[in-house]
Amino acid sequence: MTGLPIDAAGERATAAANHGGHGGHGGHGGYNLTGFIIFLCSESVIFLALFAGYINFKLSSPVWLPPGVSGLEVREPLINTIILVSSSFVAWAAERALAQRRLWRFRALWLLTMAMGSWFVYGQAVEWAHLHFGLGDGVFGGTFYLLTGFHGLHVITGILLMALMLARSFRPGNYDGGEAGVISVSLFWHFVDVIWIVLFLLLYAWQP
Amino acid sequence: MASSSVPFDPRVLKAPHPVPGAPDNWKRFFSFNTDAKVIGIQYMAVALLFLLVGGLLAMIMRGELITPAADLVDPTVYNGLYTMHGTVMLFLFLFPILNGFNNLLIPPMIGAPDMAFPKLNAAAFWLFPLFGIILMASFFVPGGPSGSGWWAYPPVSTQNPLGHFINGQFLWILAVALSGVSSIMGAINFITTIIRMRAPGMTYFRLPIFCWTAAAAQTIQLVGLPVLTGGAVMLLFDLSFGTSFFRPEGGGDPMLYQHFFWFYSHPAVYVMVLPVFGIFSELFPVYARKPLFGYKVVAIASFAITFLSLIVWVHHMFYSGTPQWMRNLFMVTTMLIAVPTGIKVFAWLGTLWRGRIRLSTPMLFCLGGLFNFIFAGITGIMLATVPVDIHVGNTYFVVGHFHYVIFSTITFGVFAGIYHWFPKFTGRMYYEGLGKLHFVLTFIGSTLNFLPMHWAGLMGMPRRVASYDPEFALANVLASLGAFLLGVATIPFILNIVSSWARGPKAGPNPWQAIGLEWLLPSPPPAENFEDDVPTVISGPYGYGLGHPLVEHEERYIARSREA
Repeated sequence: MTGLPIDAAGERATAAANHGGHGGHGGHGGYNLTGFIIFLCSESVIFLALFAGYINFKLSSPVWLPPGVSGLEVREPLINTIILVSSSFVAWAAERALAQRRLWRFRALWLLTMAMGSWFVYGQAVEWAHLHFGLGDGVFGGTFYLLTGFHGLHVITGILLMALMLARSFRPGNYDGGEAGVISVSLFWHFVDVIWIVLFLLLYAWQP
Repeated sequence: MASSSVPFDPRVLKAPHPVPGAPDNWKRFFSFNTDAKVIGIQYMAVALLFLLVGGLLAMIMRGELITPAADLVDPTVYNGLYTMHGTVMLFLFLFPILNGFNNLLIPPMIGAPDMAFPKLNAAAFWLFPLFGIILMASFFVPGGPSGSGWWAYPPVSTQNPLGHFINGQFLWILAVALSGVSSIMGAINFITTIIRMRAPGMTYFRLPIFCWTAAAAQTIQLVGLPVLTGGAVMLLFDLSFGTSFFRPEGGGDPMLYQHFFWFYSHPAVYVMVLPVFGIFSELFPVYARKPLFGYKVVAIASFAITFLSLIVWVHHMFYSGTPQWMRNLFMVTTMLIAVPTGIKVFAWLGTLWRGRIRLSTPMLFCLGGLFNFIFAGITGIMLATVPVDIHVGNTYFVVGHFHYVIFSTITFGVFAGIYHWFPKFTGRMYYEGLGKLHFVLTFIGSTLNFLPMHWAGLMGMPRRVASYDPEFALANVLASLGAFLLGVATIPFILNIVSSWARGPKAGPNPWQAIGLEWLLPSPPPAENFEDDVPTVISGPYGYGLGHPLVEHEERYIARSREA
């Protein structure tokens, strides 16, 4: 509360004027995590739907690979996968550092996670640039770009959210009581990783 | 100090100026306000506006169908009309108006000051006028609005004959996708609020049934909507970016879209009907002066419906080349839904049994809605049966059944809820005579409109046609007259709402002598409901005639609500 400590009713009126609600009911931070977990559950269903669609196409489509395409290169994506999956452990270490109030260690590890995520996006972009099929090349091309693109958007979102959390760590006193935002973003990052493992198995490991 | 001699008036501090959220400031309804009660009224007002738009489209269609020939509008225009009528009524009227109820009712009912995420709540609301405008804009693009029906089945929905990037179907998909985003934001908010912000003593089995049904309905949104969104994105790519997910000529599978669409859009009916079950369960005890019969079973049945609604979608695809084993399986799951819904119907009848029934307008709409719902349930069981469905699928029998659910049950429940809680959230009483006139016109109009559709369908009249064989003429003339009567019925409704809000008699905090946390608040409730003085709940809801208080120090809350 800013403003002069007049009395409780006055403060409530100020709070209502500021954000139209919940004056005198501080500490809404706990709801954020609940809400975010509900969001992640819902978000996972959209990937489940896309996976189900992919499996359906793969099993039933009369023509799968477009002419002149023999399959997907596995080696580079596998390296990317290892980097992305290990970044989850770095994010976890960063979260632990924050819990121990070691702010600089948190920032370093958090930045490393972001760098590993960015490397994954870069690798994905390089792979896209060298492929010999496009979005319109049958169901194979369409599903490949839709799935990897939609996942890539999530990785980029994750990196941006991490940048936001990193910036917020420089506001003095901001992370004194632990930070629901960091826990949420970290959860999001693990979620994006698990989705990628399934995607790697579906797209790269399961080839004719 | 000079200031110490100035007389101190505490009221100055309590109400300094018309702040956003204060009841005397009407401008808050046109701003990015984060107060759930303001957002609730915003949702309802805009949704009722779209009810008029959707109703106008319906009346043009019924005007066309009053004669067998396609003489009023061109068949292509007719395709656009039924597509937009369905889309407007579902995505711009029913979902938003029920979100309005959620916003108005959930926080006061559970004793919370507001929703868990007020800003997210406001953002979810403001997406609604945005996608409303996007959908309406499709009337003005070359080629007109989408004409592929509210299902938007490919291959019809992936045609783009004029070749414009921005076409009616494109805008339709965009609007539906944005509506999905808005609904997900709302669902996260409502469920978090119910889980985390209940008053002390408000256990799950002391929640009003409306909160149970809202939570059950919003769970469907969270599980179902992402699937529809996935399908809509793929459809958009097929339409605009040359992919072939649903194009058989490119190796795609149009059936997959039907699965994606109905996986959400069948449960979507339950998203709409569950809160109305909640409204029935709230209102019958009030107007029969008896506790709700079988409270716990009714509460649990809501989630049984949620679960079952997610495993029945293929009954919309019995005639789409679905294998026989799948038809049989989904016939059984569909019929199973009759069990939890039947439990609820018997619970309401048990509540009414030997009650002291007051036939106020909300009760009339509830009774009418219940009567129509039993009829809709019977035709629903008929449609779930594979041999019947293959004969009457895609005829007017389905149209009649669907409107008995969507209008004659759900919209009746919505009207009942509006009349019942109108005095609570406006502080004014509506005019009973106009309300009863509205009910009588609506009941006669809806019966005249939707009942003859059943026999037209049984005789074989297909849906979605602008012209038809003259043998169906009588049923269609009756239906058209019913539709115009429904149009007339909105006049007393609008007149009633507008005039009684402006200058109706003061309602007082509890005009129905109802039991519930929201009725312990002044009418209209202050910006933060109970503020810091949240009551402790000591008994379950609907304690009519039992003589025990709902909360600790109940007299104090009642006295305070009266003096405000």
